[in-house]
Amino acid sequence: MRLINFFWDVGLSVFRGGKLYFALLTVFGLVALLGFFSYIKQYQLGIMGHGLGEEVSWGVYIANFTFLVGVAAAAVMLVIPAYIFNIKRIKEVVLLGEVMALTACIMCVLFILVSLGRPERLWHILPFLGKLNLPTSMLAWDVIVINSYLILNLLIPLYMLYIKYCGEEPNFKIYFPATLVSILFAISIHTVTAFLFSSNVSRPFWNTAILGPRFLASAFTSGPAILIIAFQMIRAKSTYWIDDGVIKILALITTVALQINMFLLAVELFTEFYRQTDHGASAQYLFFGLDGHNQLVPWIWTAIALNTIALLILSVHKLRESPRFLNTACVLTVFGIWIEKGMGLVIPGLIPSPLGDIVEYTPSIYEIGVSVGIWSIGGMIFLVLAKIVIGVEKGRIKYIPR
Amino acid sequence: MTDKKAAPISRRNFFKKAGTAGAAIASGTTALAVASDVLEGEAYSDALKEYFQKHYRDMSKDEVKAALARIERKAKRKHGVDITVENTAPYAREDTVFGYALNISKCKGYRKCVYACVEENNLSRDPEIHYIRVLEMEKGSMDLEKSNHYFGEDPVPKAGKFYLPVQCQHCEDPPCVKACPTQATWSEPDGIVVIDYNWCIGCHYCVIACPYWARHFNWEEPVIPKEEINTETHYLGNRPRERGVMEKCTFCIQRTRKGKMPACLEACPTGARVFGNLLDPKSEIRYILENKTVFRLKEELNTEPKFWYYTD
Repeated sequence: MRLINFFWDVGLSVFRGGKLYFALLTVFGLVALLGFFSYIKQYQLGIMGHGLGEEVSWGVYIANFTFLVGVAAAAVMLVIPAYIFNIKRIKEVVLLGEVMALTACIMCVLFILVSLGRPERLWHILPFLGKLNLPTSMLAWDVIVINSYLILNLLIPLYMLYIKYCGEEPNFKIYFPATLVSILFAISIHTVTAFLFSSNVSRPFWNTAILGPRFLASAFTSGPAILIIAFQMIRAKSTYWIDDGVIKILALITTVALQINMFLLAVELFTEFYRQTDHGASAQYLFFGLDGHNQLVPWIWTAIALNTIALLILSVHKLRESPRFLNTACVLTVFGIWIEKGMGLVIPGLIPSPLGDIVEYTPSIYEIGVSVGIWSIGGMIFLVLAKIVIGVEKGRIKYIPR
Repeated sequence: MTDKKAAPISRRNFFKKAGTAGAAIASGTTALAVASDVLEGEAYSDALKEYFQKHYRDMSKDEVKAALARIERKAKRKHGVDITVENTAPYAREDTVFGYALNISKCKGYRKCVYACVEENNLSRDPEIHYIRVLEMEKGSMDLEKSNHYFGEDPVPKAGKFYLPVQCQHCEDPPCVKACPTQATWSEPDGIVVIDYNWCIGCHYCVIACPYWARHFNWEEPVIPKEEINTETHYLGNRPRERGVMEKCTFCIQRTRKGKMPACLEACPTGARVFGNLLDPKSEIRYILENKTVFRLKEELNTEPKFWYYTD
């Protein structure tokens, strides 16, 4: 009975809010609609609606997917200190981290869905209903780990919120094991997604052991950076106060992860370029252009510039502690990693093609429309979920016996 | 005490809700799939049955028969053509494993194989899909990155060049089969790597995994002039395809399982191509493997191609 009340009250709270809340929802909704129409148009146009083609058949969708897996996994950087080390001020925001992970997972699933040729055959890829190709297919593993992580990040916050709503203490025996499992899955979604790429002997650019570690490093850069941005916005625009200590810890994580990420990048560049072989053709294409094809060159150097500036800001204590510099650095590095772990990773892996053909890729306006649409859906989901979390945390939404 | 009970119940309820939501989405997508077809009696029930059709290898004999009939009816409705769809079984594994050998000193880059393949296998003419790509290579180099893919109408052969046709190599340990998340592609007992077009979800992961660029995707509904449709088809081979799924060379499964040669071989004007049973010691392909200097493309990747190249 209380559960029905819970859903009712939570549901109602979604429809109550300030001007900014509804304005944001409207904008997100309209852009999402635009994404929907882009998808229809892209379907109607077929190959003409796609920037993708025979040579480059993974593009902006898988790029965003890869980036978002990182964001989803980074929630562990709040989960571990909150639940394992019991740090109180982080406990207050851990639910926001978890709903961020949930949002990112949903966006991941959406990005995969729009990249499928036959999305209506989705049941073929579901456990028990379909015919998952285990244990050999990394994509099958990815389906399992990402969906499990999605469900865990739905159920854990749901339970915690419900308990808070009832004004009770959460049961350690319920949430602690679930949290441990979710930590394992956070690391898995990353590693498996890295293996999804690195397992392909046909694509030398990805076929390297450093891909997994680089995935983790960049995830722990961009994830906490996005959380910092979200928290700063929540602090500025709502009455919910997030402790400075939380931001400080996240900033430190971002800094160290970014330093490691840049180091790994340098290691990779050295290996690819010291003695140039065909193995390095994709890296050559990405960083300097290959046979007059150099579309991604400005793109990747932008990423490196953004990350370098962010690295300089974050590495100086005084600057990192100034909110304005910190926020700037976070925005820069989020964009930097989005380029590097998105298009900068996926596209060059496919160029040149296995038969040595160079066909470049530019996303079509429909692909961009769909992507922006999914980001808006993500924005909408996070906005609503964050509102619910804050409502329950502040005691605005609570159980009143009727 | 009632409080402690509340939590497990809540989760059970939650799963129930998730279940109904899932069902709603499933029926919604079915409706979409059906709506894209002609909504008439037989067409409607066919589309519904097609949607819920099992994986090829999980179907009973009767289910396969029904599926073949459905495909024939659909071809009639869609293209106005009477086709026959068979599922000729492979020869026994102990007797027959197919293999291919190609003489690169004979190949002159005429690409007759490419277009014979298009016609035989009902490949889309618009957008164009080719299973075979002929690379114009620099003499003295095996570097694929130096190859020219686009030599169009230029007269061939050109001085200083040699020609390397590449198609599915029918690997014994195929990366595409390992990669496919739904088992929609597999290796048949006679060594042919096939796809169940009705099971493929179009994720492109096999394209990513294939070192030979042998897998091709239907970005839109394939277009073939009605009078050019090859009406003798195989379920795993050249039956009419649809948008959103992968396809690839099947060593002309509809021909070779009936003792015929692949279309690319028959079309080759220079006699550069040899196809046969690797397990038959008297076959021509065995003679070549034993007596010529043969090599395989990207052998170092250990995918064990059953496609050899050789020189005179």
